[in-house]
Amino acid sequence: MPVMSYANAAKLAVAEAMRDDPTVWCVGEDLGRGGVFKQYTGLVEEFGPQRISDAPISEAAIMGAAFGAAMAGTRPIVEMRFADFALCATDELVNQIAKARFMFGGQSRAPMVIRKPMGMWRSSAAQHSQSLESWYTHIPGLVVCCPATPQDNYSMMKAAIACDDPVVYLEHKNIWSHEGEVDTTKSVDFGKAALRRSGRDVTLVSWSHTANLCAEAADTLASQGIEAEVLDLRSLWPWDKAAVFDSVRKTGRLLVAHEAVSVAGFGAEVVATVAQNIPMKTLPKRLGSPRGLIAYAPNLEDQMRVTAPMIATAAQDMMENEPA
Amino acid sequence: MSLPNFDQKAGLDRLRMMERIRAFEETACRAAIDEELVLGAIHLSIGQEAVATGIIENLRRDDYILSTHRGHGHTLAKGAQADAMMKELLGREGGCCGGKGGSMHIADFGVRMLGANGVVGANITIAAGAAHGIKLLGGDQIVVCFFGDGASNRGPFLEGVNWAGVFNLPILFVCEDNQYSASTLTSDMTSGSIADRARALGLRTTEADGNDVTTLAATAAEITARIRETGTPEFLMAKTYRISGHTYFDPATYRPEGEAERMQATTCPIARLREALAEAGVSTDELDGLAQEARAEMDRALDAAREAPWPADETAFADVQDIGSPLQEAF
Ligand SMILES: Cc1ncc(C[n+]2csc(CCOP(=O)(O)OP(=O)(O)O)c2C)c(N)n1
Ligand SMILES: [Mg+2]
Repeated sequence: MPVMSYANAAKLAVAEAMRDDPTVWCVGEDLGRGGVFKQYTGLVEEFGPQRISDAPISEAAIMGAAFGAAMAGTRPIVEMRFADFALCATDELVNQIAKARFMFGGQSRAPMVIRKPMGMWRSSAAQHSQSLESWYTHIPGLVVCCPATPQDNYSMMKAAIACDDPVVYLEHKNIWSHEGEVDTTKSVDFGKAALRRSGRDVTLVSWSHTANLCAEAADTLASQGIEAEVLDLRSLWPWDKAAVFDSVRKTGRLLVAHEAVSVAGFGAEVVATVAQNIPMKTLPKRLGSPRGLIAYAPNLEDQMRVTAPMIATAAQDMMENEPA
Repeated sequence: MSLPNFDQKAGLDRLRMMERIRAFEETACRAAIDEELVLGAIHLSIGQEAVATGIIENLRRDDYILSTHRGHGHTLAKGAQADAMMKELLGREGGCCGGKGGSMHIADFGVRMLGANGVVGANITIAAGAAHGIKLLGGDQIVVCFFGDGASNRGPFLEGVNWAGVFNLPILFVCEDNQYSASTLTSDMTSGSIADRARALGLRTTEADGNDVTTLAATAAEITARIRETGTPEFLMAKTYRISGHTYFDPATYRPEGEAERMQATTCPIARLREALAEAGVSTDELDGLAQEARAEMDRALDAAREAPWPADETAFADVQDIGSPLQEAF
């Protein structure tokens, strides 16, 4: 099985889809030179500048025009560069793309992949670091996914391109270079969590890069005799309630961790849904960033970070503070 | 070619400022590459120093400017202290934003520099709003809004420039045309001319050589005086060239080979002014002295920044909001 980076895994998926389907194309700033994170390097050489299209610094037009082109029969992959800049195209995504099919009585579809690299990355400060995935889970009409591994960035990109619904595709900026084996025959369905580790004591639910941190925390916990089960949701809408329910039925303990601000983060949704359905041995817990802004100075930036040790400590607390 | 009424003192002042901007950025760049002291991306305005210098020398301390991600030059020219700016780039206590913003969010409200911006084009509507505020308060200050050629393709360009026209606001929009938008040649992604867009929105529009600081300063003097007198917005297209890459770590291999070197040799505003001053009789020693002074100042700024502590941990939660502050309500 080939080993490749998170960035190259998505690129391979894009290239394969473009070879298979001439209506697939990519549009965004600087794509002709490989894109800002080099996740398009080499594609313009193979597919030409029409299908790997440069764009003016016009996020609203990139999103809106891609939507128009989608309604006219193409399958655009929209590159927003940083999830933060996608906010410049919010009307196009939320009021137009997400609602078009419904408002027009099912006459139109918007088969688009909207790539929004997210998350904290080397002192990028408040306007280049945000994790806003929960915003999009709130918008009916959108599929939301947050791959955490090269394998998933390959398989989920394939699924996203094939999907007839608009997919908000949030890659994490801090893991472009992470390497892993990629099985190109493996497909993924949205709404299916990945079981990253099984265990009987506590269920750790996460997505995006924090799922990797949960796996790390589970190793630490194992050395202390605590068997954590790690579920990487991979897609947040739809999300794999069945897998989470099954796991919590088994462990009786739920900890959800994510990089985004804890308040009104998607962890709240997971905890509430489980709490309404599954009796637990301890109070469930969510772990996210404080409701503060991400600073440039590393010691300030770090205070907004959820780390593997924090996840492990939170899980230990749940094991120790068991109600009698 | 020496101008008949070349003002030597003004020329030396301009050279001093441009050398300071260049030295600030070269020092920051060294600190980033050699010592990894600068944490995030920095966008250099090497080759573009004349735009900040020639325009801002016409402003009063209480006039406002707004800048972009490439904002060190504008900020220094408006009068911010190199010390506090360097500390900001290193993310230290005493930085002009307390280490929270870094290069891309540099701001010094003490000299009415209302911020660089990480979002391209976002400052254009905000600048129009600052001018709107001046008008509401009956002030006689003006606003200068700097933005790049690439920013003119964002919606806020249309909305902000139109706003200034509709409300007749005391603002100068300066499009600092360095020809590139990150790795993209802006002309490849721009329909028609940017200056014509401003004209179509009804603004008196001037096109200038942004690398000839002497002429640019004179042009800006006329324009800013007119805006102050009439309260009517204007637009200035300043043609320049980004000698460095988009960020300090961008090798800019997308440019035709030799372009940057050729442009540096022919258009560098510092070299051009030095030449004019030399012709006017200023000695090479004196000219070199200005560069040395500037470098020494920036070395001191870097030394001070290197010694400065990290911001106090609790500042991470300060200045978010008053009501419902994370200092009071953690999660
Ligand atoms: C809304 C938005 N889109 C994209 C970016 C990424 N970006 C940062 S600088 C830049 C190029 C800007 O070009 P220009 O306006 O000409 O300014 P210059 O960098 O040349 O000074 C881009 C695309 C951004 N920061 N904000
Ligand atoms: Mg430019």
